[in-house]
Amino acid sequence: MKARTLFEKVWDAHVVEPETAETPAVLYVDLHLVHEVTSPQAFDVLRERKLRVRRPERTIATMDHSIPTTPGSKRFAIADPQAAAQLRRLEENCAEFGIELHALGTEGQGIVHIIGPELGLTQPGRTIVCGDSHTSTHGAFGALAFGVGTSEVGHVLATQCVLQRKARTLEVRVDGQLRPGVTAKDLILAVIARIGVGGGTGHVLEYTGSAVRALSMEQRMTVCNMSIEAGARAGMIAPDDTTFEYLAKTPRAPKGAAWDRALASWRALPSDAGAAYHRAVAIDGSAEPMITYGTNPGMALPLGGRVPDPAAIPDAAARASLEKALRYMDLRPGQPLLGQEINVVFIGSCTNSRIEDLRGAASVLRGRKVAKGVRVLVVPGSRRVKHAAEAEGLDRVFSDAGAEWREPGCSMCIAMNGDQLEPGQYAVSTSNRNFEGRQGKGGRTFLASPLTAAAAAVAGRIADPRELAR
Amino acid sequence: MEPIRRIVARTVVLPQRDVDTDQIIPARYLKTTERTGLGQALFADWRYDKDGKPRPEFPLNQPEAQGAGVLVAGANFGCGSSREHAPWALRDFGFRAVVSSSIADIFRSNALKNGLVPVVLDAEAHQKLLASPGAQVTIDLETRTLAADGLTAPFPLDPFARHCLMNGIDELGFLVSQSRAIDAWEEAACAR
Repeated sequence: MKARTLFEKVWDAHVVEPETAETPAVLYVDLHLVHEVTSPQAFDVLRERKLRVRRPERTIATMDHSIPTTPGSKRFAIADPQAAAQLRRLEENCAEFGIELHALGTEGQGIVHIIGPELGLTQPGRTIVCGDSHTSTHGAFGALAFGVGTSEVGHVLATQCVLQRKARTLEVRVDGQLRPGVTAKDLILAVIARIGVGGGTGHVLEYTGSAVRALSMEQRMTVCNMSIEAGARAGMIAPDDTTFEYLAKTPRAPKGAAWDRALASWRALPSDAGAAYHRAVAIDGSAEPMITYGTNPGMALPLGGRVPDPAAIPDAAARASLEKALRYMDLRPGQPLLGQEINVVFIGSCTNSRIEDLRGAASVLRGRKVAKGVRVLVVPGSRRVKHAAEAEGLDRVFSDAGAEWREPGCSMCIAMNGDQLEPGQYAVSTSNRNFEGRQGKGGRTFLASPLTAAAAAVAGRIADPRELAR
Repeated sequence: MEPIRRIVARTVVLPQRDVDTDQIIPARYLKTTERTGLGQALFADWRYDKDGKPRPEFPLNQPEAQGAGVLVAGANFGCGSSREHAPWALRDFGFRAVVSSSIADIFRSNALKNGLVPVVLDAEAHQKLLASPGAQVTIDLETRTLAADGLTAPFPLDPFARHCLMNGIDELGFLVSQSRAIDAWEEAACAR
């Protein structure tokens, strides 16, 4: 049999109808994740056409994007009437169509890409979709996971399938060893800076190499999460013992004999020796901590670097793009990023709000104080993460330092719940997008790791976490 | 959906590359549960100043943009979030096609489901259109070509997507018609 990649194996196992020149493949979806923002119009289509949800048991919903994260926020005690209405609609839709919902205030609630893995629903070899571009996160387990629009949310609700053309594959090989103070976030920012924000378009990325193998599941999720920021359809990492050990501790992973059967099938998933990728790129795993300076995630530099000069860029469109970004960010060419004053630090989002991320940030903040005048929000990714952090006393570390310890949700990553920057403010953020206005109209974002964000919180300016390490 | 065979319209040019869907429609407008009326939020943070007044220099606010039906944008248009609100807003504003040298995957897929034709041209043809705002263009789905004054350029369009657009078919209907195959697949998967 022909040598196949991880992606090809998962793809082949889910083809209901193969693609032809005339029609795309009908691809079966094992797990459909749903949230309040991209689903209401899809449920409306089901009602209009008198369709049922084909597999409610393969569908799971949560509330994350538009919910408040104010400490102690109560269910539906929501100031914004539009957000309250949207959340109520999700609750009604889930009740009507028989879908498990992790509503605000319940133990299972959290960011959709945090709760899938922690429940053990994200499993190797599965196909997973969600009306959210960061669905790529779940590829960390060797799942084929990608974001879809609301029309496709309706397709999956009604038929448990999507229509897809098979993507091309791009191997992103990272060998070497991450140095102290360098995290998975730095690695993926380096990858995006290298291949560009459109560099992965039409491709599924597979991350390989010794540096990737050495990553924990949480770090792998950070890497796969931002695959979409390179334009990729999905990002995947072959499952291994790290994956299986993580899954064995989750509540909904298979148990007993079913576990043994699953394990045998998961072990067959990694790309075969000699399997061919359409493209390949190699990245040095000994990267520096990275930070963005512009208005897309590809505009990133090593932390000690200087803002590039548009005048040095020959391509007119790229030059114009950088000029516009620097105008928006109010940064000068040649300016070092270290020392740049900041107003807000956001530690959270589906990229960096898992327990290891919070431990990392706490390791920098422990026994220190947030700089005067800086607002620091720490937003755990889920209620389980929140409780785990509290059990370890991390909440106290953050509170003692002067940071806000908040309720789980997307919060200032997408800034549609009231957690937002003021115009002109600078933030160091562990989230995934530094687009203009992403964290609040007129707000300016530097994307970085939880370590770098925590260091900025202490210094009140962009700082190197390695200098604070002890 | 209305069948689309040919679009004849004037262009508006937004030359920036990597225009993300947060610019096309900022997240604060995503609290709606409707698909309609989003045109007013299109490019909101670029179109309006802090007092909500139109910025005269923004291409969509210029008089010649009124009635334009084709948006010509820089490379990698529609990157970022999967929000289908982006094509909903573009359609509601009056756009029927988006032209670029590359279009992000999820945005392209969403556009096709809403009668917004994604037209990817080679660099040379793209440059010509970027340089001629307000040009009258004809986008022909039958021949998969875009024609403007002194320019005829082919563009790729998946045969299935083209069939759906030209016949006003939506993909959900096609998928629902596959129920038997899906039943059979599920049965076989259970047996495995």
